[in-house]
Amino acid sequence: MIRYIPSGDSAFIIKAGDVISEEIHVTVRRLVKKLDEAEIAGVTGIIPSYNEIMVCYDPTVAGYKQIIGDLRACEAGIESVELPEPSAVHVPVIYGGEYGPDLQYVADINSVSPEEVVNIHCSAVCLVYMLGFTPGFCYLGGMDPRIATPRRDTPRMKIPAGAVGIAGNQTGIYPIESPGGWQLIGRTPLRLFDPQKKSPFLFSAGDHVKFFPVTEEEYKRIITEVSSDRYTVRRTKITG
Amino acid sequence: MPSVVVHSAGLFTTVQDAGRYGCQRYGMPVAGAMDPFSLRLANMLAGNDPGAACLEATIAGPEIEFTDDTTVAVTGADMGPCINGRSASLNTTLTLKKGDMLSFTGLASGCRSYIAFAGGIDVPVVMGSRSTYLRAAVGGFEGRALRNGDVVQLGKAHGKVKVRELPQGVIPLYKSSQTIHIISGPEAGRFELEGLRSFLTAEYSVTDRSDRMGYRLDGEKIVHKPGGADIISAGLSAGTVQVPGDGKPIVLMADRQTTGGYARIANVITADLTLVAQMKPGDTMIFREVTLDHARELLRSRYAPFGV
Repeated sequence: MIRYIPSGDSAFIIKAGDVISEEIHVTVRRLVKKLDEAEIAGVTGIIPSYNEIMVCYDPTVAGYKQIIGDLRACEAGIESVELPEPSAVHVPVIYGGEYGPDLQYVADINSVSPEEVVNIHCSAVCLVYMLGFTPGFCYLGGMDPRIATPRRDTPRMKIPAGAVGIAGNQTGIYPIESPGGWQLIGRTPLRLFDPQKKSPFLFSAGDHVKFFPVTEEEYKRIITEVSSDRYTVRRTKITG
Repeated sequence: MPSVVVHSAGLFTTVQDAGRYGCQRYGMPVAGAMDPFSLRLANMLAGNDPGAACLEATIAGPEIEFTDDTTVAVTGADMGPCINGRSASLNTTLTLKKGDMLSFTGLASGCRSYIAFAGGIDVPVVMGSRSTYLRAAVGGFEGRALRNGDVVQLGKAHGKVKVRELPQGVIPLYKSSQTIHIISGPEAGRFELEGLRSFLTAEYSVTDRSDRMGYRLDGEKIVHKPGGADIISAGLSAGTVQVPGDGKPIVLMADRQTTGGYARIANVITADLTLVAQMKPGDTMIFREVTLDHARELLRSRYAPFGV
């Protein structure tokens, strides 16, 4: 059951469910595709999240009755909306050392070796449920619970862009330098957010992330290639 | 091209337009003017498109010199605008000559002034907007607030601007105590009735931990039902009022994060965003609930000067 809830007089929430699940995520993405294609007059932004979509509009352009009518019209036939085949974005990560100061801690608390943490982290394929919080930040699902680690008691004041961390059952990448409390296990040379680019964001909701380990030498080479726009991010189809 | 020389930047002055839309789904905040009504008014008086880039000055205004004859308008907070040291009018079309100096004597009311220049401000368009998003150093003037000595390029004016007078009653009164109209939010049901009563009857004051991202308020604790404070992270819109576990409401403004994980008790209506944006630490507000239809009437009356 899809519900429509006003968020003030400049947005509507389209609620697709009340929990986090891949099924609800698919419904959200199908609805977003329909909404995008509808190009509703007055709509200024569409923010999909785990279980709902916020549709922002300019009330000086379109009234709420008109907007709700246009939104409801998009609901018809969403079951048959075709989504692009899922693909995995391969994300290079240098693990441990100065790049991942908490790798040993994550290993210790889970009674595994640092090498096993890396193996486990690289074996999962994580779904990008949504983006939010800061530009380019992905809410990922699918991390192996064997490396789950609570947040740090004292957040760090400054975490560099590209830092890869673990917080509870989640893993994630910091897109811009910011403070934060995640356990840092590595760093990617990729840029998740580059405002000067034609496509400023590396990920979209519905992408999958596959981490793979690189050496310091490879890490530095990729940094150079990324900054001169010569690095091609590997994307592969996910089957099954 | 004409430009202005920033002799003194004021307390916190940034380039802002109507906002950066279309990338919210990637976590990119909208930014743009905190007070969209005053931005639009300034642009109308300066003969610009409604969403052209202006300077948004905060609490203490800048001192700027003009390198060319330029049509200007100042709206929003009354910071005591002066041209060459002589008092100038707010909310009207001003004609400045080459070498003239625009300065401000001090804040009399409100919090944010908008200075529009005919032709707008010519900074690069980043992701569809000229607005400054400070946290990621995106847009505006080199991604930052203005500093003394900056030279800001202006755009090309559309042509001669007619001096315009505004009808009486168009400009809201920016008082230190306001009634702010809200619409009940998607998670109002996650609060105890007692909590909802506090929210709708008690007075909330603006704390000094308020900025372009949001207004953190202090006042009677708004009590959640057990486990009611945290929600599955979801979208935030302009004026969303979220209440974290401590029971103190936060009104989300221009630089708000796109998603958040606290219960959304209500939303400030669009017509009243101008009132909130003009409040400063120590000011107080009382929330009053309205329907969507009432909000629409209030919006029509606020935006009447623009023919909405």
